[in-house]
Amino acid sequence: MNSTKIKFSVRNLNIYYGNFLALKNITLDIPERSITAIIGPSGCGKSTFLRALNRMNELLPNVKTEGEVLLDGKNIYSPDIDVVSLRRRVGMVFQRPNPFPKSIFENVAFGLRIQGVKSREQIEEIVELSLRRAALWDEVKNKLHKSALELSGGQQQRLCIARVLAVQPEVILMDEPASALDPIATLRIEDLMRELKEEYTIVIVTHNMQQAARVSDFTAFFLTDENRTGMLIEYGNTSEIFTIPKDPRTEGYITGRYG
Amino acid sequence: MVNPRHIFDDELKALRADLLRMGTLAREAVDKSIKALINRDTSLADDVIVGDDVIDKMDLDIEMKCMELIARQQPMARDLRIIGTILKTITDLERIADHAVDIAKIAKILANQPPLKPYIDIPRMCELSLSMLDDALKSFVNEDIELARKMCERDDLVDALYNQVFRELLTYMMEDPKAVVRALYLIFVARFLERVADHATNVGERVVYMVTGVLKELNV
Repeated sequence: MNSTKIKFSVRNLNIYYGNFLALKNITLDIPERSITAIIGPSGCGKSTFLRALNRMNELLPNVKTEGEVLLDGKNIYSPDIDVVSLRRRVGMVFQRPNPFPKSIFENVAFGLRIQGVKSREQIEEIVELSLRRAALWDEVKNKLHKSALELSGGQQQRLCIARVLAVQPEVILMDEPASALDPIATLRIEDLMRELKEEYTIVIVTHNMQQAARVSDFTAFFLTDENRTGMLIEYGNTSEIFTIPKDPRTEGYITGRYG
Repeated sequence: MVNPRHIFDDELKALRADLLRMGTLAREAVDKSIKALINRDTSLADDVIVGDDVIDKMDLDIEMKCMELIARQQPMARDLRIIGTILKTITDLERIADHAVDIAKIAKILANQPPLKPYIDIPRMCELSLSMLDDALKSFVNEDIELARKMCERDDLVDALYNQVFRELLTYMMEDPKAVVRALYLIFVARFLERVADHATNVGERVVYMVTGVLKELNV
């Protein structure tokens, strides 16, 4: 792909829901400090794939995962992996902003308290830093103790990003992070993603192809076969995927004639 | 299943038809300008000069339609390459038509002056350049990259003819100072025809890009 370091190396990943094979034989490398977009029609396994990167699928019943997901070369499915610390390293932002019904400050401090950080000073410092990194600080610095639910949808989503950043992750998974936001709030999230990729590896699932084209460095296209099993069809540089896709199925999807 | 992009497809098809019409008009303009020159037909030359407004307008219309399709339909992949090709190609076609006007103006000037020599190589150059333009347009319509590549190879023949015309007219000028003005005008005409072939080559390169995604010069 290029010379940058690989953060995630996914090898022959199969995921079953009960007897149903939802994802088949996915193999791809996700480079560090870049934005990788997963696109494809509904039901192609994009979100399932994303959740496999921090073992979130295990929270669902009857899920079976085969193959390997190497994070910095170490398989996150091996028995000695601590799932809680894995999910701290690999944070997640969801489709609908889901702040806790607490103050803005407490939302960001929450993960730190769970981790056992006691120092008030240290917590305040990290909360401010996280809110700054999430491009929210200037908008909320005078109302940190107001309820997070009073914020707009776009602000709530940036708060959720700040909440993830507070526990100092290495990877941020984003599942349709802007689909519930208006266009301006969407562009702010995209702008934020570009800033965050300087320090973090970002993987985003999106229905919005233009968003993938605008924001990502690499794009993976998923599609289902006749059994509704999701497969990786094509993976490459975003600029190539959107100008000269190699597979006719990718071409069909991104030009809106298929899927 | 209904094609969910049928409206976009219809608009793109119409745009391709517009481009072909523009190309046909540009081709006719060149053809008429050379006929006007050879037959000393000033009214045909005027036709070409007046007719250029139509081609200029098509250039702007097609550009606007392309921009609108990009803004409103967010074309990707092959669709994007087709629109990019159309945007570049209209510039080449517009220039070809401008060269026809240049030739038509010279035709009007030379119509009042005694002939310098019989026209032999200039009609051949015209025929060759226009056959290249025809094939360029045909390769666009049929997405025929082999035709586009072969067409581009013929640019060498046009260049060779241009050099031949240049050398011959140079000798006329050296022999007789009274021939200089007429010979210079004819060198210009040959030069314009050579440019027409270059523009046809550009169109061929775009057709190859449109079909394959590979952008490179076909005749350097």
